[in-house]
Amino acid sequence: MIWQLDLLILTLVVFCGLGAIMIRDLLGAAILFGAYSFMMCLLWAIMGAVDVAFTEASVGAGASTVFFIAAVYHTTRRTKD
Amino acid sequence: MKILGLIIVGLVGATLIYATVDFPPFGDPESPASLHVSPRYLEKTMEETAVPNAVTSVLADYRSLDTMLETTVIFCAGVACFLLLRVFRRRSPAPRQYRHRLTGLTFRVKDGGEISLPWREFEPIDSIWTPHDFIIEKVCRYLIPFIQLFGLYVIAHGHHSPGGGFQGGVILGASIILLSVSHNLRIALERLEEKISALFSPLGVFIYAATGVLCLILGYNFLNYQALDPLLPGGASMARSYGIFMVEVGVGIAVMGTIVWIFKNLASRGRYDEGL
Repeated sequence: MIWQLDLLILTLVVFCGLGAIMIRDLLGAAILFGAYSFMMCLLWAIMGAVDVAFTEASVGAGASTVFFIAAVYHTTRRTKD
Repeated sequence: MKILGLIIVGLVGATLIYATVDFPPFGDPESPASLHVSPRYLEKTMEETAVPNAVTSVLADYRSLDTMLETTVIFCAGVACFLLLRVFRRRSPAPRQYRHRLTGLTFRVKDGGEISLPWREFEPIDSIWTPHDFIIEKVCRYLIPFIQLFGLYVIAHGHHSPGGGFQGGVILGASIILLSVSHNLRIALERLEEKISALFSPLGVFIYAATGVLCLILGYNFLNYQALDPLLPGGASMARSYGIFMVEVGVGIAVMGTIVWIFKNLASRGRYDEGL
């Protein structure tokens, strides 16, 4: 484990998570959530849990982002709060 | 309300961070998780199941009942999305407009009607419709077979490398989703019909459970793949390896069917005509 890389990715995870909550555009939130999943996948790969990282990359960053985008496509991009 | 939520989140986060102080150091061989059953699995996996990847053997052999019920959970998620979203009424809320590609004529279709001519000759011109890009369409067309091949490889090679039924199934499902996103939903529905994707979902669970019942019939415990030894060549440990493979195929089929099923329901608002 390289601690500099670990720290960088952890910071990005926190920023992506905060950004996904703060952003007003729901499509942007879906994309940021995908980025968050991908950063988590990198963290797991760094920690040696390759199977979990693989699942996170395919399910978290891939399939669930598409589901969110499909839901946003049929509802609205704006949020009230 | 927002401030209350922020305080609760802050407190829970602080508690979790406080709790991690008591954790053993990363990779500590003396930690409780590394002392109890883990060494036994790591030492005996190769001998008992002939599977080098210990994650796969724990997931699909030693703890296979867990994985069977996980597959059932995925099936339940597909059924829940279907029951919540699927619309059987023909009536569409808004009229749709189509352009005939060859003649340039514009058609207005209302109340969920369908054009009886082949749909490939028409393109939708709604306000949310975006024109499809030629390059994206062609690149995805040639990429999808390789993605599907990789999905099959991930399912089949889960014994030796990271991967397995879940990941391979998601990759196979994602290839169909890519087809739908890059072309349109109708072509994806033509390649993998609604009924087939809905049938794949319970079929995978059935394959998993049937493997377990087969072991039961042959006189062993449920999902004890050692029972398959007389049917397959290679000895008792290889029988467990084959059993894991059968189960992984079931998981892959279930996950692929469910992912595509949920996507179709979500992307077309349960109407299965036009979508993302």
